[in-house]
Amino acid sequence: MRVVVWIAEDTWEGCVDSAGALLGDDAEVTLLHVSPSDLEAVAARGGARLLGRHPPPPPGPPPRVIAEEEAHALLEAARGRLGRPAEISARRGKIEREVLAACGGADLLVLARDGEPRLEPGSIGPRTRFVLDHAPCQVLLVWPEPPPGLDTIKLPPHLR
Amino acid sequence: MSEVLALVVLAASLLAAIARWRWAPDWAVAALGALLLLSVGVLSGSGARSALRALGPTVGFLAALLVLADGCRRAGMFDALGSVMALGSRGSSGRLLGMVFLVAAGTTAVLSLDATIVLLTPIVFATAARLRANPRPHVYACSHLANSASLLLPVSNLTNLLAFQASGLSFTRFGALMLLPWLVALAIEWLVLRVSFAGELRRTRGARIGDRPELPRFALAVVGLTLAGFVVSSPLGIAPVWVAAAGALVLAIRQRPRPLELLRAAEPMFLVFVLALGVVVHGASQHGLSSAVDSLVPRGSGLPALLAVAGVSAVVANLLNNLPATLIILPVLAGSGPGSVLAMLVGVNVGPNLTYVGSLATLLWRRIVHAHDQETDMGEFTRLGIRTVVPILLASTGALWLALQVV
Repeated sequence: MRVVVWIAEDTWEGCVDSAGALLGDDAEVTLLHVSPSDLEAVAARGGARLLGRHPPPPPGPPPRVIAEEEAHALLEAARGRLGRPAEISARRGKIEREVLAACGGADLLVLARDGEPRLEPGSIGPRTRFVLDHAPCQVLLVWPEPPPGLDTIKLPPHLR
Repeated sequence: MSEVLALVVLAASLLAAIARWRWAPDWAVAALGALLLLSVGVLSGSGARSALRALGPTVGFLAALLVLADGCRRAGMFDALGSVMALGSRGSSGRLLGMVFLVAAGTTAVLSLDATIVLLTPIVFATAARLRANPRPHVYACSHLANSASLLLPVSNLTNLLAFQASGLSFTRFGALMLLPWLVALAIEWLVLRVSFAGELRRTRGARIGDRPELPRFALAVVGLTLAGFVVSSPLGIAPVWVAAAGALVLAIRQRPRPLELLRAAEPMFLVFVLALGVVVHGASQHGLSSAVDSLVPRGSGLPALLAVAGVSAVVANLLNNLPATLIILPVLAGSGPGSVLAMLVGVNVGPNLTYVGSLATLLWRRIVHAHDQETDMGEFTRLGIRTVVPILLASTGALWLALQVV
């Protein structure tokens, strides 16, 4: 079974731990990270919005290079934490589109909730929800921390 | 005919600045345009001279500030600020946003929005990435505060420098009147970003925070003394441009950069562009542009008039970018008191947050040129812009009106 585990900065530890605990020994795991290219553009080419100014790029590696380095470091840390053989894949672009593209040919996508720690729709951020809604394979949605209790469900007053 | 020619030259200068063609640099288009207007008599020699005389001190001030900010970069101030932000976050994304707010608001107010956009935003991106925090809220915060935190001081934004020169306010009174609008703008940015990125900002982990940084004490002291110099220079009858020049000079003597580096830091071509654009706008203003703007901008110091000035200014800044918007609107408002000039600044400084490229005109151009470029997909940034710009325009203008009553 081919499994893609999508990790993100805020939730990768819990996501990797859950994947390690829940996947069978036959799973061929690919750890995936996507760097958002739009953000690199804001950070690197913000100068373009200063009309008439053509500042030289500041010294040091540009945001794109930093993002690549950090993505690889994160993926290696995740592979170490997973404790089993795994491919790693670093992509960049529009996050949700890249995740879906990486799922082509996979049997299962593992991803983590990235919103509020309550049992509610807000526990899934907009990009994660897009992936969830459009995934071309089976999906395993995990909590990056111990799942919250039933008491976190917001009920209308007459049902409490 | 004169009207049409002046407007065509103005449009060509702005298009060149937005499009950034290699074969037609914006400063050359604007300078040649100004010469053309002079040679065909659309602009008189005395008119051009008076426009240059009005802009000269501001452009000198700008050059000194650019050199000062570059000296701070050379002293390692922005790298040190990155370490300070990482340390202050203690691994929490929410606290990191607090640090980004403090640093970005301070950098913008003291060293201008240019320093925040060009020098600080990449550092914020790298800091968040190295902390393994989602960089999105922090980069957006930095990018937004470059505009909305540029309300405070005359040195925070080129538009403020232009208005400061025209308003006749002292440095201290300018800051005192803009303090409340600035704080209101910061509070609204904070609230909207916290709510919009509640999920991203919730998590705390033991991340790689790094060591206590070596702060560039000398550069910090120079910036602090320059700021104090601005405050005391007005009562002493010294123009603040000399204080900025002294600060830049002290840093330059200490660091001894090569003369070419120093010259490049002052961005001479940008200074030429500002001067030439000022002359072109002056020509267009004399031939109908002023009266057109005049009919759009209401007068008076009441709250409705100030809100209308801020609104119109924000719209014009989004259509043309904030520098030409200021050059066009400022002469019309110059006679009607500091209140409307400062309301205009609220509009032209905060308005461009609607888009990350500074104006709808620029965004449209980039859309046309990079039709299939994913990187210009900025829907989320624009939605965040709408959520902050409209409330800040209303609330900060209200705060300005209040400040005008009591300060």
